[in-house]
Amino acid sequence: MKSQLKTGAGVILTAIMLFPIYWMINVSFTKDTDMRHDPPHLFPFNGTLEGYRAVLHQQMPYLGTSLLVGLGTVILTVALSAPAGYSLAKLRPRGGGALSFVLLMAQMIPGIIMAMGFYAIYLKLGVLNSAAGLVLADSTIAVPFGVLIFTAFMSGIPSELINAAEIDGAGTFRTFWSVVLPVSRNAVVTVSLFAFLWAWSDFVFATTLDGGGNQQPITLGIYHYIGNNNQQWNAIMATAVIASIPATLLLILAQRYVAAGVTAGAVKD
Amino acid sequence: MTVASDLITRAAAAPAAPARAPRRRSPQWAAWLFLAPVVIYLIAFYAYPLYRNLDLSLRHYTVRSFVQGGAPFSGLDNYRTVVDNATFWPALLHTVLFTGISLIFQFAIGMALAVFFAQNFKLSATLRALFLVPWLLPLIVSASTWSWMLNSDSGVVNFALKSVGIDPVNWLTSPSWALTSVIIANVWIGIPFNLVVLYSGLQAIPSEVYEAAALDGATGWQRFWRVTFPLLRPVSAITLLLGLVYTLKVFDIIWIMTKGGPTDSSTTFATWSYKLSFGNLLPQFGPGAAVGNLLIIMALIFGLLYIRLQRRQSL
Repeated sequence: MKSQLKTGAGVILTAIMLFPIYWMINVSFTKDTDMRHDPPHLFPFNGTLEGYRAVLHQQMPYLGTSLLVGLGTVILTVALSAPAGYSLAKLRPRGGGALSFVLLMAQMIPGIIMAMGFYAIYLKLGVLNSAAGLVLADSTIAVPFGVLIFTAFMSGIPSELINAAEIDGAGTFRTFWSVVLPVSRNAVVTVSLFAFLWAWSDFVFATTLDGGGNQQPITLGIYHYIGNNNQQWNAIMATAVIASIPATLLLILAQRYVAAGVTAGAVKD
Repeated sequence: MTVASDLITRAAAAPAAPARAPRRRSPQWAAWLFLAPVVIYLIAFYAYPLYRNLDLSLRHYTVRSFVQGGAPFSGLDNYRTVVDNATFWPALLHTVLFTGISLIFQFAIGMALAVFFAQNFKLSATLRALFLVPWLLPLIVSASTWSWMLNSDSGVVNFALKSVGIDPVNWLTSPSWALTSVIIANVWIGIPFNLVVLYSGLQAIPSEVYEAAALDGATGWQRFWRVTFPLLRPVSAITLLLGLVYTLKVFDIIWIMTKGGPTDSSTTFATWSYKLSFGNLLPQFGPGAAVGNLLIIMALIFGLLYIRLQRRQSL
């Protein structure tokens, strides 16, 4: 096959794959009156911004909460996992291997079951329906991942660098803070981006732990929209488009990190 | 989130082996001081919720005792209730079908695309990156988009079917199609993961192998079945096992699209467990937790298999 032909085939395949995303955008611009039109409007010509106006009027508090929860999760995740990664990678604690194993297994526990346990605990503590409670729960998705990423990254830091810092008289904390953390910037970025994305996307914890009250995230904003059955699909899809922005940014900004991580570990040669 | 997390974790897990460079061992107390926050965190926010869940499944809870405590110990009663429930066998069957069929399609399509993209044509890297989009979107976004696309009266899928002369299908409202619908959406979400992992597996196969096969006169098809596929077997095994663990726990997509209905026709263990605990006016926390724990056992069995397989390969 000629290269151009392959490119053409690739473009078509990608278009098929991304059609649902196109459709989401298209519907977000479709007028209410055209929503059930037969045949459906395949292009958003003569569309409307009604959906986006509805987002502006009704979804801003949800978006604000999601932003807050996302940032909170990032801070908690990095604060917990960076020191642990350093320890596992460079300080060689006894039992570190077992801990890595526990972290791997922890990632396989279905979120829905964690959510049930959290619900029972939160109910007793009275922290249901709070952004802080959601941050804590969402961080469980990202912390094991964060530790493993930091461990992998920090194992690659030359020991000479750390030894040099110690010879200069820096203690373990000083070395970590002034030497290891600054050179681990890429790992910090990767962990932060994913922690944010997962917290932003979370639905399981949100619906079980934060289903009432006035601090609900955007995933529930969309869910209530669907549940209310208001048939305002342009508003639902407009919210979905807005909710997809962090993922899109991640793909553009951090694709390099994602790709590098994947190729490093997926194949042992 | 799930697949993304894992992919990179796997990347991380491999080099986590002890650093080889000889250096003076730092004092153990410092090492554990750095680890302490995470260890405390794991105990408080992983182990304790899981313990709470186990406790829930072994006691007879009512709404009152759920709030105030003091529920009587009831052994395996909740598990018996669950197994005797009319939903048990259908839910198990749907879990197996949902997981199995999703995996087959995700893997086959992912493999075909990986082989295609491995040919490095113009734009291939960009297009491959675009394929990642469905994987990174919040599940509620994907699920609600598919819900509207599969709408019986106004969905674009039925419109497409109609235009080629096929009768419209009640994708989400007919018990015979609901499971198929959620599988379609789940396959779409899972393709990128399979594509990325298998693609990187392909990159690791040295080009000399293909050159040798070409010299021996192998056709493209033979090259795939005789060379690529066998060499890719370890990576394939890992991809499938990991996909299995993550498909078992899919909840969002099914719940958002069908709520496990109509009449339980798309109920899996994950949605059933949620429904028992949160989906009814009268919550049944005990049985809900029991179903959840059965799901954990399934996930962990395959999870252990996966870790074993991965350890063996990295030796």
